[in-house]
Amino acid sequence: MDCINAKYVSQKISKTRWRPVSASSLQQPELLATGSWDNEDNKVSIWSVGENGGSNMEDEFEEIPVTVASVFFFGFFFNLFQFLDQDRLVTASSSGAVTIYNLKSESQTLSVLHTWEGAHHYQCARAPCTAVVCSSPELVSVGEDGRVVLYKADQSRIVRTIENADSSTIHAVTFLRTAEVLTVNSIGQLKLWDLRQGNEPAQILTLTGDRVPLHCVDKHPNQQHIVATGGQDGMLCIWDVRQGSVPFSLMEAHSAEMWEVHFHPSNPDHLFTCSEDGSLLHWETSSGSDTPSFLQGRNSSMMSRSATAPAGGNQSLISAWLSGDSSKGRLETTHMLPSQTLSVNSLDVLGQCLVCGTDGEAVYIHRRVLV
Amino acid sequence: MEEVDVEPTTTLIPGVGLKQKHLGFEWGPGDILVYETNFRPAGERSGCPSVHVVRKDEDIYSPILRKLFNESHHIFVGLQNITEDVPSKNKKPQFVSISKNYRSVIRACMEELQHVAGVTCCAHLVLFVLRLHSQVSILLATELIWNLCEVLFIDAAPAGCLLLHLLDWVRLHKADVDEKAKEVLQSDSPTNHLAYWDVVISFILQGRVDEARHVLTKQASVQAASRTLYQLMDTLLHKMPVFNPSGTQTLTEFDMKWRHWHEECDRCLQDKSFASNPHLETICKILLGDEDAMLEHKELLGTWYHFLVSRLLFSHPTVKPAELHYYAKSSMDMFLDSRSVPEPLDSILLAAFEFDLHQVIKDCSIALNNWWFVAHLTDLLDHCKLLQSHNLHFGSNLREFLVLEYASGLVSHHSLWQLAVDYFDHCPEFGRVYLELQLERVPLETERKALKVLRICEQRHMTEQVRSICKIMAKRALSNNRLGSALSWSIRAKDAGFATLISERFLQDYCTRGSFSDLDLIDNLGPAMLLSDRLTFLGKYREFHRLYGENKFTEAGKLLLSLMTAKIAPRSFWMTLLTDALPLLEQKEVHIYTHTHTHTLSCVFVCVFQGEDVETAKLELLRLALARNLAMAIVKEGTVEA
Repeated sequence: MDCINAKYVSQKISKTRWRPVSASSLQQPELLATGSWDNEDNKVSIWSVGENGGSNMEDEFEEIPVTVASVFFFGFFFNLFQFLDQDRLVTASSSGAVTIYNLKSESQTLSVLHTWEGAHHYQCARAPCTAVVCSSPELVSVGEDGRVVLYKADQSRIVRTIENADSSTIHAVTFLRTAEVLTVNSIGQLKLWDLRQGNEPAQILTLTGDRVPLHCVDKHPNQQHIVATGGQDGMLCIWDVRQGSVPFSLMEAHSAEMWEVHFHPSNPDHLFTCSEDGSLLHWETSSGSDTPSFLQGRNSSMMSRSATAPAGGNQSLISAWLSGDSSKGRLETTHMLPSQTLSVNSLDVLGQCLVCGTDGEAVYIHRRVLV
Repeated sequence: MEEVDVEPTTTLIPGVGLKQKHLGFEWGPGDILVYETNFRPAGERSGCPSVHVVRKDEDIYSPILRKLFNESHHIFVGLQNITEDVPSKNKKPQFVSISKNYRSVIRACMEELQHVAGVTCCAHLVLFVLRLHSQVSILLATELIWNLCEVLFIDAAPAGCLLLHLLDWVRLHKADVDEKAKEVLQSDSPTNHLAYWDVVISFILQGRVDEARHVLTKQASVQAASRTLYQLMDTLLHKMPVFNPSGTQTLTEFDMKWRHWHEECDRCLQDKSFASNPHLETICKILLGDEDAMLEHKELLGTWYHFLVSRLLFSHPTVKPAELHYYAKSSMDMFLDSRSVPEPLDSILLAAFEFDLHQVIKDCSIALNNWWFVAHLTDLLDHCKLLQSHNLHFGSNLREFLVLEYASGLVSHHSLWQLAVDYFDHCPEFGRVYLELQLERVPLETERKALKVLRICEQRHMTEQVRSICKIMAKRALSNNRLGSALSWSIRAKDAGFATLISERFLQDYCTRGSFSDLDLIDNLGPAMLLSDRLTFLGKYREFHRLYGENKFTEAGKLLLSLMTAKIAPRSFWMTLLTDALPLLEQKEVHIYTHTHTHTLSCVFVCVFQGEDVETAKLELLRLALARNLAMAIVKEGTVEA
């Protein structure tokens, strides 16, 4: 807990992401990007985070000035972005436009590579874009207009639009396989799309019971059929997309909307969630151990209901997340932030470094996450 | 009406009121709207294209000062939460540490402002830099006042400790001594440095006796002839008693010791021991508390409160809190020329020394342009139970009034409105009402923001606001033809009326187009279907279509019948339902409707027939189909299976 550094940045953070490091190097990430919201002029900023040598690991936190013109981001709306690769950043704003920027770290500038204006729109108004996901060179964006739009980073025209993909707002999207995308919407459905064919979803999964809007989704890094979603009531659901249309397990994670859920990219037994209630939870699971009881982390409230047990199969191939009855496995949750803050809107984890941004206009960095 | 405390300041608004036009204005939460009017008995009537927004507080728009608001909000919330757990006598150290937190936040902001002012060197940014400097000096003053309030009120040190804290206070705010000392000591010949004696005297005036002695040894080593003199001074300084609060010595013992030492100094002066060295003589006089000697070094003291503390240190170190105000007033009078008018800061500090809390708060409210300082300080003092419940004519107590004012100022900011919510929460009497009114006025540009505002309302059980926000969002979605979003907002508000509206839209679409749009929504309504009758009808009707498409005719038929008998179908739809029943009635292979069912259908048919005019061809078909079905039913049911 003492390794968390907080910095007040005078802007409410809508999104925060580590800049990807090359797979071969084992370095900690050095640059991070944040997007602001609710300002009159919103911006995306790049920050450099270095470490002083010596015994006290104080982080230096300097802002690299960014030349993102504030005219791009309308008024007091919402911005989000993703890193396409080490040098390119994709942003999507509530004006419905999606833009690719080139990050040049030597000259410390961001320059526009290409913009797709009005990718999301209503009949006579702009529609906010709610999520964008990249799998270089392909990009997919979704918005409040219920469209799924497909782009290629080097092509100036939109590759494909799935019109009327959804009658409600699509809140988040993730790639499952190369041409498969999974979206979640505000009536609590997961839809699987095969981008090569058809305008209809290949599969629709939904929770029985109340149609609680789902806000975030993330897929397991190694096993693409395992997906985690977070909803408006703060429930964390783990789904197996191959089997059945109901989730595998439901856990009460937070007391308010869950904004982001992330599997750790290199160590997928760890999951991170952040929420409107101001907490960031670190979930750790391990496949079936000797102790039948599951340990509760400090201050965690957890209730787990499993839907079905896996239908036979080799135990070692089944991820710990799908162990059905969690009293057989071990699931631990820890609060990562020292005290209650305003809503934590976004988090990202890479290696041992965790960053999150809050509505209290602060960015928290933890560099010694135990994974 | 009450009298005003100060003359109101005039603000000039450029571009308005030219040609002697009258001005109109309207109050907003934190701003005023000003416009030109056409009220004039004679003269031209021309329109004025612009409305001016006049803001009182520009500080909340400064990016650096924003950090002050955010960090202090965090501390404020923490303060409200601690007071419940711990019994009151143990709380003082917590309050002191919270006060120190607030001060460190102020200081951090100040340093950042100074840093930015230092590095900004563009010529056209001169005004900006000037503003930064003025913000820095305001923050400096607020930190000074806060520190004094902490010493006098929150820490409330008794006699003995009080002076020590006051010394710390003065040292913190007169930091240039160390720079000068460093400069002198690092020079080639410190004793010949111009500022040498200034440094020594400054150290002594601040009670930093050991450091003064250290600097004096330089002189002693150089001037061998006066060595004894310097040794004498050194001994005097060394022997100066300092009260140790954690020691075993009582205040009376310390007082006695101090008097002995004081007499010794006096003897040295009377013996003219230091007569040969005017500097040392001055120091001796200062040690005796000679005010004139101190006033000769006005520029080293800088302020009257430094003079006050130095005076107390050398004439009355066991000063009691209640005696402070007398010394304060006289120090101020002695230090300031009779010509100069005391500044607002001076009168605030004086009021603090007089322990007149209300005067301090009042003067600060007038002098500063936003409520940040008074709101947080008053809140902290209130938690320390230092404010008597001072009921105001227009509301609740002083603390709540100030916090409400501060929060209302925050709410008008496009981004800091979220902080204001917590402040309103902790105003027991009026906070909720204020919050309800303000939350309805927060602009909702995106769904994400609406969700956040909704969550705030729901956590506080503000059902009216929840309903109104959901209705706004649902209407917006509906106008953009996003029926699924509109429905999800209605579900959240449990708004049956709106759900009915949406279902009507769907049904209208069906009637015009012949097919349903947004099947993914209607097919997956789930329990939400029960929100409104019309919605249930829609869901069931769609289910009927699905069953029919899957050739499950019997179930489809039964469903259709139940739709008609359950009375949830709108009247206008009955004809459509009957038409849908037509192919089912005509089914030869499978017998769907029993004769009771057919009777029911016939009743419906009669109602429709008696109603508005419908195509006679259809009616004929229906009549025929019903009759045939009835016949078949009677025959089939009457036949005994062989």
